[in-house]
Amino acid sequence: MIEEVTQEVQVSGVTVTIDGTGHDIVQDIGFALGRGEVMGVVGESGSGKSTLALALLGFARPGATITGGRVVVDGVDLLALPEGRLRRARGRKVAYVPQDPATALNPSLSLATQLTEGLGVPRREALPRVKQLLVDVGLPGDDAFLKRRPRQLSGGQQQRVAIAMAIAAGPRLIVLDEPTTGLDVSTQARVLEMVRSLCRSRDMAAIYVSHDLAVVADVADYVTVMYGGEVVESGSDRDVLVRSGHPYTRALLAAVPSATHRHQLVPIRGRAPGADEARQGCVFAPRCDHAVDACSVTRPLLTPGPSGTSVRCLRMDEVARTSRAVSRAPSARVVGGGEEVFSVAGLNAGYGGRQVLFDVSFSLPRGECLALVGESGSGKTTLSRCLVGLHEEQEGVLTFSGAAIGRTRGKEVQRQVQYIFQNPYGSLNPRRTVGRSLAVPLQHYFGLTARQAESRVHEALERVEIPARLASRHPADLSGGQRQRVAIARALVCDPAVLVCDEVTSALDVSVQASVVELLRSLLSDGLSMVFVTHNLAVVRSIADTTVVLNQGRVVESGVTDSVLGNPTHPYTQSLMAATLEVPEATGR
Amino acid sequence: MNGNLSVLGRAMRTGQARLGLVLLSVVGFVVLFGHFLMPYAPDTIVGQPLADPDGSFLLGTDILGRDVLSRLLDGGLTLSWMAVLAAGLGVFLGCLVGLTAAYRGGAVDAVLMRAMDVLLSFPEIIFVLLFVSMLGRSTLLTSVLVGIAFMPGVSRVLRGAALPVVASEYVLWARANGLPPRQVLLREVLPGVTSPLMVETGMRLVWAVAAIASLSYLGFGIAPPAADWGLMVGENQDGLSVAPLPVLAPITLILMMALGGNLVAESVARTVGRTEGKR
Repeated sequence: MIEEVTQEVQVSGVTVTIDGTGHDIVQDIGFALGRGEVMGVVGESGSGKSTLALALLGFARPGATITGGRVVVDGVDLLALPEGRLRRARGRKVAYVPQDPATALNPSLSLATQLTEGLGVPRREALPRVKQLLVDVGLPGDDAFLKRRPRQLSGGQQQRVAIAMAIAAGPRLIVLDEPTTGLDVSTQARVLEMVRSLCRSRDMAAIYVSHDLAVVADVADYVTVMYGGEVVESGSDRDVLVRSGHPYTRALLAAVPSATHRHQLVPIRGRAPGADEARQGCVFAPRCDHAVDACSVTRPLLTPGPSGTSVRCLRMDEVARTSRAVSRAPSARVVGGGEEVFSVAGLNAGYGGRQVLFDVSFSLPRGECLALVGESGSGKTTLSRCLVGLHEEQEGVLTFSGAAIGRTRGKEVQRQVQYIFQNPYGSLNPRRTVGRSLAVPLQHYFGLTARQAESRVHEALERVEIPARLASRHPADLSGGQRQRVAIARALVCDPAVLVCDEVTSALDVSVQASVVELLRSLLSDGLSMVFVTHNLAVVRSIADTTVVLNQGRVVESGVTDSVLGNPTHPYTQSLMAATLEVPEATGR
Repeated sequence: MNGNLSVLGRAMRTGQARLGLVLLSVVGFVVLFGHFLMPYAPDTIVGQPLADPDGSFLLGTDILGRDVLSRLLDGGLTLSWMAVLAAGLGVFLGCLVGLTAAYRGGAVDAVLMRAMDVLLSFPEIIFVLLFVSMLGRSTLLTSVLVGIAFMPGVSRVLRGAALPVVASEYVLWARANGLPPRQVLLREVLPGVTSPLMVETGMRLVWAVAAIASLSYLGFGIAPPAADWGLMVGENQDGLSVAPLPVLAPITLILMMALGGNLVAESVARTVGRTEGKR
């Protein structure tokens, strides 16, 4: 393409290889980007997007090497520079903003020191520039603020400082690796707005790496979709997300929940390829609904497809002809009228004398799902721990099946109210096989021996769609989604009446999240009741019958999900809904 | 797959650990089979004091005229069982205190750990000497006292190792389901701290050897005329300028034992440090 010659940023053929095995983590990545434009790089975990982000700075993590390609920024090929000049180019030509600002900032230095040290000019000259920078990223530029240390800032402020540090030397390209993943939706919306306006005002190109399609849809002009270390689709924001031509992009979009309406989430079957596997043919073929025999032999090239994007698919014409129908899940589940199975009245709770929950009340009818929604610091995790009796400082009345339960509860209540944790990596004992982890509650509650428990264990694994042969594996051999399913199975063997799910999908990829949400939905139809704690309004919409919105430890709004999210009355709920981003297609276009 | 065994196996493949193992096996052989190989009874006077090595006394004689080789071959057994007992007791008690403190938290944690701090403020040797001088000298008492003196150190390490395990979701799950505390500690928490536990056991074994040998040298451990390496150093130090062997030979064995144990424990610790993050 002729216009590429004038593009500010040109990336071509970037390949990063694992030293020991010679397999590629990312393979032959290329795209071009003009001044002030934002490229969104989307992929699930293991797709190689973070490796690519680092490679754009000429950096590979230990054990891997950049084995080919060009990264031309402002006329200079970074990958061809010797180490010393490359180091000088970082910051001036290309800069990096990592995912976790807490690790990017030195906790023991004041902001003034951190921001001036990279500029290479005397502190007195640098300070006015730093103040201007802080104002540019939307922070106060006064001396009092400059004296602060990173931990005196909120997460959003830390991320702004990290961005200010990155742009201090006036780079032509800024690489942002999931910069808003740890932030609340409202903070995220403001940071995204700031990134966009910075790029425009400074004429700076940006590469925005994220797993979140809605975020990329919001911030990016162009989108590159990565899978298994390859670019599978690339094109303008609208074209990729609305008229996507690659089966993987389509599958990904079908798995994304929406906050504005309820639809069936379609998980992608199978498992993403590891970076350390040799492969042949199309990388997505084993999971693709459109795959034919040729797909597992011939590796497709990235070519312009019928939908206006570049697509790496042999059958893109056939794919383009099939429609992207979104099947709407019937939202008309029977709501209300059921007898109450669990309720909370006037609950106050705190940590070390500081009160975090104020007079919280709600009730959960049998067979329904109640969502507790709130941002970080709203007290939602404290509340969920109160429900299962893991929290010490609490007062109020909890009722289960018509009887009040105290903090020390009987074995029968413990069995029937089961808790599922946010972090699938910590919820199973790493030293024990999956099967034996599941046998523990059976021994404890029903007095079964390991042998008697075996069939019940296999039944429960079957219910969560985990092959029974995995019972002899350790958690380390399982993926995050599989571990979360095992954790759900461990709750199911107890034969519970209520499941308390604390952010169970927040650590998972969207395609895996879809399968876990669908699993939980099927458990609801089995008659289980559920308290679903989350910050993600889209997930709430896809699963919850009723919703309780928490802000600063107080219930600000509650009611049937469709009315709370559809017509929020409290300003806080309204602001949450306004800040929640949507993938354009999913809005029903 | 078994995590602990693979860590041990990987540790043993390092050169450092192999050297340590060789040293330990030589000393181990002397300790276990030395008794059957002695040319003379270890506590009878068989020749001139401080005689040079010759055909009948391969390492010469000590300050009283006893055969150094025989005493060397006989003198490790008591020291070894005392060290094993002391280290085992120290690790067991320390484990009990450390895990309980980490698991219970709050006031129990504070009381237990402050008590350990008080114990820790006595140097090991002084602590043992205090009780030995009050209660009289006995090998069993000495090893128990050394074990108790080890308890605070072990409990600090294990409390630190157990804290993240206790806060992990699988332990919270066990607590929320009301599993008995003993079962939670033994089946959920303890397996999570086996690696630091192994390292700690190795190190304490080595330190116990050193501590008991020093006590014997000072005259508060194993009583004469029994043969013992630490005691031999003390008995023969006056003749050091005339005959160095009666002092140097036991010192060499103690050194080999300590160094060997240290090398093995150290390489296990390093392998654990390298691999722990990956699990």
